[in-house]
This record gives sequence, structure tokens and C-alpha cells, in this order.
Amino acid sequence: MKLKKGIPLIDQHDQHGFWGGKFGGSFIPETLKKPVEDLTNKFKKLRKDKKFLKQRDFYFKNYIGAPTSFVKLNNLTNHLGGAQIWAKVVSEANGGAHKIYNATVHALICKAMGKKYIVGDTGAGYAGKMLSMAAKKFGLKCKIFMGAKDIKRQKPNCDAMRKNGAEIVPVYSGSQTLVDAVSECMRYWVSNCDNTHMCVGSTVGPNIFVKICGWSTAQISRELKLQLKKEFKKIPNKIKLINCVGGGSSAYGFWSEFIDYDKKKIELIGVEAGGPKKSKLHAAPLSRKTKIGILHGAASYVCQNKEGQINETESISAGLDYPGVSPMHCFLKDTKRARYTYATDEEALDAHQMVTKYENLNPSLEPSHAFAEAIKIAPKLSKDTIIIVNSCGDAKKDRDILKERLCKK
Amino acid sequence: MQKMMNSLINQAFQNAKSENRPALLTYTVAGDNTKKKSLEILKSISNHADICELGFPHNTPIADGGQIQTSAYRAIKNGIKINDVFSIAKDFKKIKKNKPLILMGYYNMIFQYNENKFLDKCKKSKVDGLIVVDLPYPENKSFATKCKKKRINFIQLVSPTTSKIRLKKIIKDSHDMVYYISMLSTTGGKLKVSSKEILQRYSKIKKQNKSKNVVIGFGITEKTIKSLKKADGLVVGSAICKEITNSINRRQNAVTNVTSIVRRLKNKIK
Repeated sequence: MKLKKGIPLIDQHDQHGFWGGKFGGSFIPETLKKPVEDLTNKFKKLRKDKKFLKQRDFYFKNYIGAPTSFVKLNNLTNHLGGAQIWAKVVSEANGGAHKIYNATVHALICKAMGKKYIVGDTGAGYAGKMLSMAAKKFGLKCKIFMGAKDIKRQKPNCDAMRKNGAEIVPVYSGSQTLVDAVSECMRYWVSNCDNTHMCVGSTVGPNIFVKICGWSTAQISRELKLQLKKEFKKIPNKIKLINCVGGGSSAYGFWSEFIDYDKKKIELIGVEAGGPKKSKLHAAPLSRKTKIGILHGAASYVCQNKEGQINETESISAGLDYPGVSPMHCFLKDTKRARYTYATDEEALDAHQMVTKYENLNPSLEPSHAFAEAIKIAPKLSKDTIIIVNSCGDAKKDRDILKERLCKK
Repeated sequence: MQKMMNSLINQAFQNAKSENRPALLTYTVAGDNTKKKSLEILKSISNHADICELGFPHNTPIADGGQIQTSAYRAIKNGIKINDVFSIAKDFKKIKKNKPLILMGYYNMIFQYNENKFLDKCKKSKVDGLIVVDLPYPENKSFATKCKKKRINFIQLVSPTTSKIRLKKIIKDSHDMVYYISMLSTTGGKLKVSSKEILQRYSKIKKQNKSKNVVIGFGITEKTIKSLKKADGLVVGSAICKEITNSINRRQNAVTNVTSIVRRLKNKIK
């Protein structure tokens, strides 16, 4: 298993859609074969279509607000001593998180395919909120599938979705979280694929959805590369790019331009959701030893039991609360290009508190997992090491959870 | 020699044909709602059904509607394991030697068990066929070949979205039976296409190769079954699972209730 240089990771799969020969693929019911094939062909054309690319860039700039800023966190750096801590403030993007890139691209594809309806899944509610925004912007009818448990804990995002005119379909099956929302969304697509486009909210699902999402979020690292060159005159020699990993869409987008670099120069660190400190449940398939399994149409490391039943996961962060992970991250793990670890709920909360105390930054619980790792390793590193955290979401949506958890303390 | 090669599945279709009716296929979930009960149901309904499909439940079923999901979750909650599924199959085939039994489920369960071990176990339990919902053609080629070597029927699915070229290839690669999904839906959806339209598409599939037994499934209930009588076989799943749920809720005997539904279904296509 080997990474290739000079080819985007989203294109490094074989003809059956597998990265490294075993991650990804398209394990889908027969009914979805045709719509998935149509989408694959369309995307292949669109990504080479100059008009489409111009359109994408136009909306990325004027609607999403690219580029998002790249800032040094001076106070946090001084407090911790050691490495410099920087943040790519992706949460500045319209809507408050990186999910807007994928949502916008899917809405554009949906329009290009002549479909009027768009459906999507959501965990933290960001993917849903952004899809509802993009749908509104481009005049599409939108349905969002969301676990009943998540609807309760991410109310601000639900309000936003409804305000944008989207219908939220609560999912009561299984653990009532993201995993069930994705299943239900796929079931809906099976029944309505003739007139409806499906957006998968992360770099997971059948091969084509991994590719479209990765292609969309890659904007983050394209911006960062330019910003690094501008700030340091060249790409610095010791960089650590730290990103939270649920499905892995923001991490892929944050890293994609830097995968070809030597890992001694640019280390990629993914931080998964370790769940509550004392709980056995977690959502960390890459860092807590799981086996490869098939979930939602793709093979990846999956939290599952010996029989192949998907495990319930537990995390304070709804956006990371998913038993599977992108096949591309599995590939990056097995080729040892990226290192994966996890932060517990408590560590993420502490990190959130520390960052908000020292900086004018309000990272949501998802990137707070990444900050937890940064805070852990920064003091041990030299001053010329540049740690960059992707602050990929804003904590407005976590208002209720933060109030409850931080008051208790 | 010819006779020896004739699978039980094929025989069941021939038998139905000789009675001038489609074969009746039932689907129940192994372990719904207990291991013992599901075996009892299976034994009892097989008196009327020509072929029995037995689902091995998965907790992330992306192509099943509410009724079958409910049955699957119930079975898993009651502790059904894949080896229990095999033991139900084995016990069933001990008594109903000539009744074809098809296992149906999602690929991850087979993948975790190991393909070869899974097929060995199928062979030992005298399972006649397999349907794997999320392992489509051509990704299923190697597994389908393995099945064939063990003389287990790998049943290909085709749907209204299957293209002509694809259909040709799938039929060519299929074994004795092909499963036609009646409409764009998960299991148990309301039949949203007219039976005329379904049968038109069905005959296009049939034309590819007359010797393949093509069954129609999804959306088939007591109400709709008669209108599709012309098919080689008809599958009823959700309507049965729904009856199990109702019987449990009403504290009635699921075996008797489900059996009478299957009997009624059979009478409608006689």
C-alpha cells in the first residue's frame, strides 16, 4: 500500500473505487447503481468544465467568503510555551463551518443535473444547516435527515435549517444519531433517486461521495498554502496540521495540498472523539483499534462488534459521533502518512475553555478535540515548530451543551 | 445427471409452473422475535410457501423499510447471532429437506464472518441460496463464483434503474433465480407503479433468458399479489414482518397469524 505523489488523494483509488485496494468501494443496493453512475459521470465532466469551476470559485469567494483567515494565537502560544500555535479559522465561512463547501458544490451539481430536490444527512446539524442554506440560495427543495437525539442537542442549527425552509426528518431508529440519519437518508434516496439528488455530509459513503466532498473541502488547504507562503515567505520546515476527524471531511480538506510533503516536514495529526473519559463507548475507529467493515456503502475502519453489527458511539460532539470514517483516512493511517489519536469529552471541554479564555476564538466541540491535542503537545515542542489547528466550526450551536457541562463543574 | 444438477430452487419453480401459478416466496427475519419462535414460524409457513427466505439481521440496513427494520432490531435485541441463524437454517432443513431456503442480508456480516467460512457454514446447514443486498454486480463476481462452486445459488437483483447493458451482463452472470425489485423503494413501500408497468419490465428481463426464474419483490401484499400472478415467483416480506409485530403487540400467536396470511397469499395466486 503506497501513496502516489502528484495525484490528489481523492483520485488515488482503483477502478472499483478502493483506496489501497481495500478502503472505500461502493457497496450499494442495485437500485442506486444507476444514480451513482450518473453522478460519477457528471462529476467527472464538471470538474474539468471551466464554466463550472468558475461558478464554484465565484460562490466560494462571494457566497462562502473565501479565504478564511489564518491567524497566530499569540496568547495561547505564550501561555503554553513551546511551539507556535496558529489557527485556520474556517468557522468564518458563511454559516460557521467547513460543511458549506460540500453543500455548495452538491447544490451546484444538483442544479447541473436538472434535479429540483436535494436531501442530506446531518449530525451536529452543520451539514444540514449548510445544505439548507445552499438549497435556498440555489432554489432547491431540501430535506434533512437527523437523529432524534441530535435534534435535541443541536437546537440552534435545527432552527436555522427550518428558517431556511428545509424540512427536518427526525430519525428514531437505532441510536438516533448520525449513523441512523445517514442510513435513513440513503433509504430515502433509494426510493426517490429519479428526481432527487443526495448529498452525503462528509467524506464517507459510496466512492463518489467521498470524492465530491474531498474535492469541495480541499479549498481549505489551497488557501492555507498561499497564506503560509505569504506569512513565512516559504513553507516552514516544521509544521503540524491538527484536525478533528469524524467522517474526516475537514481534515481531508485541511491536508490535501500537503500530503505530498515529507511527514518530517509537515506532520498530519487527526484527532478523533474518545467519548466520555469513563465510558467504553467512543467514536474513534482509527485510533482505538477497530477492524475493517462495511458501513453506508464503503469499507473503512468501523466501530463494530465481532458479528459485524455497528456499535453505538458516544461523544459530546455530535459532528464526530460516527462509527465509521473516510476510507481516505484509513489509507492515510495504513500508509502512516497521518497519525491519529483521540481526545476525550473532558479534554475537548477543557480545550474549549482554554482557547476561549486566551483567544478571541470560539471553536465548537469538534475542533476543540483538535485543540486538546495541540495543547497537549505544544509545550514539548521547539519554538520554530508551527502548529496549525483547523478551527472548522463555531461553538454557537453548542450553546446548550456548554452551558450545561461547564456550569456543573 | 441432469436431475442431480437441478437445484431445489429450480425444482420449486418447476413445481409451481406445473400447477400453473407463480411460486410464493416468503421472507422472515431469523430470531424474530426469538430463535425458537422464528423457527416455528418458518416451519409453519413453509407448508404454503414454495421458497423461504430467511434474513440475517443487520443493525444498519440501508435498503429496508420500517417493517423489516423493526423485525431486525427486535431479533438483534433478543440476542440473535449469526451462528444462531445457521442453526435455525439447519434445524429447518432437517425437517423440510426439500424446501429451498435462501439466506438474505448485508455484506458486512459475511465479511466479518469470512466469505469462505460463511459459505462452508451455509453448505453444512444445507442453505440453497444467498441474497446480499449491498453487494451488486460486478463487485459480487468473485463471491458469486465461490457460491457457484459450492452449489449455492447466488441471487442477483435487478431494479427499474438497471440499464439494458447491465441487465444483460447480470442475467448472464446469474444462477437459477433473479430478483426483480418492483419499484424505486425500500422494502415494504406502497406499490407506486401499476402492475401492468411492472409486468412489462418483467417480461423484458424474462426475454433475456427464458430459463432463468425471475421473481418480483417489494410492495407485495394480499392486495397486490394477484395482479402480478404472471411472474415466475412473488416475494412477500414486509407484510409478514408487520403481522409478527402486530401479533406481538396484541399478545396473539404469531405462528398462527403469520401462517394464515401466507395461506391467504397462496390462495390468491392459485
